[in-house]
Amino acid sequence: MSRSRADEEEYWHSSKCRAFTFDDEDDELCQLKESKRAVNSLRDIVDDDEDELEKVSWSGEPVGSISWSIKETASSSTSSLEGRDSSLQKGSSSNAALPKQVSSYSLSSLFKGRNKLPSLQSLSDALSDTGVKNYAPELRRPKAEYKDYSSDWSPKDTVRRMQRGKVCSLERFRSLQDKLVLLDEAVAGHDGNVITAVLIFLKRTLRREILFRELEERQVALCHLIHFLKETGEQKMLLDLLRFLDRTEEVALSQYREHLNIQDVEKRREFLKGCIGLPFSPEDISHIQDHYTLLERQIIIEANDRHLETAGQSEIFRKYPRKASILNMPLVTTLFYSCFYHYTEAEGTFSSPTNLKKTFKIPDKQYVLTALAARAKLRAWEDVDALFTTKNWLGYTKKKAPIGFHRVVEILQRNNAPVQVLQEYVRLVEDVETRLNLATKYKCHDVVIDTYRDLKDRIQLMAYKCKVERGSAEEEKINSILNNTVRNTCFLL
Amino acid sequence: MASTARRDVPEPPDFGILKRLARDQLIYLLEQLPGRKDLFIEADLMSPLDRIANVSILKHEVDKLYKVESRPALSTSDQLCFLVRPRVKTMKYIADIVNADKMSGRSRKYKIIFSPQKFYACEMVLEEEGVFGDVTCDEWSFYLLPLDEDIISMELPEFFRDYFLEGDHRWINSVARALQLLNSLYGPFSRAYGIGRCAKMCYELWRELEEESEGDSQGRKPEIGNIFLMDRDTDYVTALCSQMVYEGLVDDTFRIKCGSVDFGPEVTSSDKSIKVLLNAQDKVFSQIRNEHFSSVFGFLSQKSRNLQAQYDRRRGMDIKQMKNFVSQELKGLKQEHRLLSLHIGACESIMKKKTKQDFQEMIKAEHSLLEGFDIRESTSFIEEHIDRQVSPIESLRLMCLLSITENGLNPKDYRSLKTQYLQSYGPEHLLTFHNLKRIGLLTEQAAGETLTAVESRVSKLVTDRAAGKITDAFNSLARKSNFRAISKKLGLIPRLDGEYDLKMPRDMAYVFSGAYTPLSCKIIEQVLERRGWQGLEEVLRLLNGTEFSEAGAAEASPGRDSQRTVLAVFLGGCTCSEMAALRFLGRERGCRFIFLTTAVTSSGRLMEAMAETRA
Repeated sequence: MSRSRADEEEYWHSSKCRAFTFDDEDDELCQLKESKRAVNSLRDIVDDDEDELEKVSWSGEPVGSISWSIKETASSSTSSLEGRDSSLQKGSSSNAALPKQVSSYSLSSLFKGRNKLPSLQSLSDALSDTGVKNYAPELRRPKAEYKDYSSDWSPKDTVRRMQRGKVCSLERFRSLQDKLVLLDEAVAGHDGNVITAVLIFLKRTLRREILFRELEERQVALCHLIHFLKETGEQKMLLDLLRFLDRTEEVALSQYREHLNIQDVEKRREFLKGCIGLPFSPEDISHIQDHYTLLERQIIIEANDRHLETAGQSEIFRKYPRKASILNMPLVTTLFYSCFYHYTEAEGTFSSPTNLKKTFKIPDKQYVLTALAARAKLRAWEDVDALFTTKNWLGYTKKKAPIGFHRVVEILQRNNAPVQVLQEYVRLVEDVETRLNLATKYKCHDVVIDTYRDLKDRIQLMAYKCKVERGSAEEEKINSILNNTVRNTCFLL
Repeated sequence: MASTARRDVPEPPDFGILKRLARDQLIYLLEQLPGRKDLFIEADLMSPLDRIANVSILKHEVDKLYKVESRPALSTSDQLCFLVRPRVKTMKYIADIVNADKMSGRSRKYKIIFSPQKFYACEMVLEEEGVFGDVTCDEWSFYLLPLDEDIISMELPEFFRDYFLEGDHRWINSVARALQLLNSLYGPFSRAYGIGRCAKMCYELWRELEEESEGDSQGRKPEIGNIFLMDRDTDYVTALCSQMVYEGLVDDTFRIKCGSVDFGPEVTSSDKSIKVLLNAQDKVFSQIRNEHFSSVFGFLSQKSRNLQAQYDRRRGMDIKQMKNFVSQELKGLKQEHRLLSLHIGACESIMKKKTKQDFQEMIKAEHSLLEGFDIRESTSFIEEHIDRQVSPIESLRLMCLLSITENGLNPKDYRSLKTQYLQSYGPEHLLTFHNLKRIGLLTEQAAGETLTAVESRVSKLVTDRAAGKITDAFNSLARKSNFRAISKKLGLIPRLDGEYDLKMPRDMAYVFSGAYTPLSCKIIEQVLERRGWQGLEEVLRLLNGTEFSEAGAAEASPGRDSQRTVLAVFLGGCTCSEMAALRFLGRERGCRFIFLTTAVTSSGRLMEAMAETRA
């Protein structure tokens, strides 16, 4: 089935990639810190006048940059609601300070004459007149003035002209045959802009069913129409088209998508309720159902908790005021919230964690991770303890977790758990190397010492003695172990 | 870079002319609306515009600048000019302004300048909103923004979603015109290679434009001899990997926007943010951008020691020497000092962030996915990543990487990961999953196709034949990635004994810590080496690619600099890691790569493009 364990072991040891770690303890970070110190120590030599640097405004944009200037206009126009004239003055005065650059552009030099600007010489040399047309196509005549009086362009020529941005009348393509030839030419021309233009014309001049029918065999054109309908927000026609194509799942998703535009939660809830009956795939139906149920719950919880909070009776809300509403949050966030504020509630209430777990079939792993994070944040170490304690049939307790204990340690550590709590879980980390790393990192001396003892690693143990405080219980422990082993060895001899 | 170039790499052509062209055309277009006016600029166009013009240039023509946004406009000017991308939404915004003015009996002049081109759909909206004759329209052919001496961006991040997800060909013409412009300025290109359907279409449309324009390119000395066009969907894996070269990490961590980055207070160790232009002109950055992150520290500390030594020379100088020092060297040293402290700050900040997200474990999981073993373990790593509500984008990225390397997730994993994802990050991501499935980034294996990589390796002959049949029958929606087979065929996973010395890279795999050679770059390397696709038939079959290779009209003269200059065109985006890898290849082979991309991209940007947002 897979490579044997030994194979992998061997693989990792012979790793060709030099282990590069992002560890704090790493030499290279020290190196980096050193360089930083060196560079910073130069600060007093390098006086901080930034005259050589580009001028930067308060917002960090270089003065004179476009984004900077727009911010200026925005602030000056908001600050001048009372008088428009002043805003005008302010807007212009703020920019008047900028040095007026001598204009280096000259259109005539570029588009008419040659060799006027030395810097452009290479360009004018490089380009023939036709070349100039390439990058400035018919610049002198504004496009709006184009009128196409000729009406006998072939479909191919029509498409070609349109590709070059010229306005062409499509009205003379009246027979279905002509329309389709035009569409096929547009698709063959690879220009999506023209394909869409032809589709807009067909959409206007053909009955829907006929257009749909013809598009069914023209996938590229079909994609363009669907995208066009999405962009212009013609939802009804889009749904008709998808239904015609029997893409029922897309019909459902496309309708469901509309909920994103509904701000009001009650309306959103109602809308989601309506989505439940849509033709989703069987697997997605349950997701939609869950989405509806979740929002419904959140509305109830939100109303309750807002009441509790304003009443000021509940201690937890007084101590940890809510930062945001729970509405429209993901399920896991809701679970965290309920583990934080409603941990001890009976399963019967909507806001209790166990209720959420049951209703949404939250996997153990996800539940434990979330509950752990919430309880650790509140520094409720007993709850943390209870989360992992199981009793076997003989009544012995044992610590068990659906996630690795290194993960537990990481979460506890991030919440500043005391060493006593931390070391209990570090001890449970299975992999010896990880356990030693974590224990050393978080100064769980006991665990380090015990691990070295179990490994019978005398040298490391002696080395570790230097790291613990002199005269501490830890040092004593190390000494006693070392003496013990000495005795044992003697005994053996 | 530590490696020594075997041959001289040709200098990149001067792309400054592209900026001048764009700027001059814009001024010309603004002049077409004579008199004072206010200019409304689309948010996406502000940074590109910043790179080619500054306010003082625009001030010749424009009174005030505004951003196009949902708020109503406060402008008092009698002439309004809009500089926008051709989008339906923006048209409605403009139409609302015009109609509001009409209602209040106010008359103004309006002009819309579309960049890089106008779309018929936009005109249709203007017509429908009843403002068609009230506004005049123009096109600003600003296709190409040189971001650096070897990077040209079209600044069209939406290209990726529009083409690969929606199947819209609207930008193909823009790419063709961009190629035409480059060909006329730096060509003629004598040889063109490409892979992907979009690449092929762009190429064909460009050829058509060339034939029509009949521009005589005779006698011009080309600066770019070869072009290579590639669709992003040829290789998603590379774009999804965690970046390890400095520039890539800076992009992933701080988001480089239009070639510049905002370093926040945590980097600048002051209370303000600093905007820094990251390019070849930055003496410090240019030396570390392509380096693997692990060799950056050494470089920076060496550099700061040198700087210290140079400052120390002041001691024991007499007045005259000191005067010289101050007038000649101090400015340069100060500049270097400033850059050095910024990049050191950035490194620290990256380290801090990466340490927090157990980066080590993540890289291990990624490498396992790339090599195809311990898939179970990586899957549960991803699961835990989701459960812990760590970054939604990262979770999505890892799932996609799993899916592509494994030819789709088995139905059980797919359902379970999807459910947990929706629970962790919100049910509306149902839409994201649908998009990912359509584009082929995150798929579910059809029933009966649930073969793990190991199984298929064990009984290769039997399963391969069976899998092929099943694919034909069921999997018509998204094409298979066949990553594992391609990787084997092209040797993407270096099998070496001993350590991979990241400071002295031996191949392009260094950009991913020596664990994986970017597929996209490998293809380019192979095709350029063979001067075509001969011998790569099997790879092509696995890629399901539409490939081409054509010699242009111009005579290729080998040995000339232009023949050693390659325009690498990435349709749908190119990552910093890919650029670093190809720059490395260029130094090894004595050729110069110029990157033309629809936008500089990253795994984060690709994933974000798949989400559905409010209208």
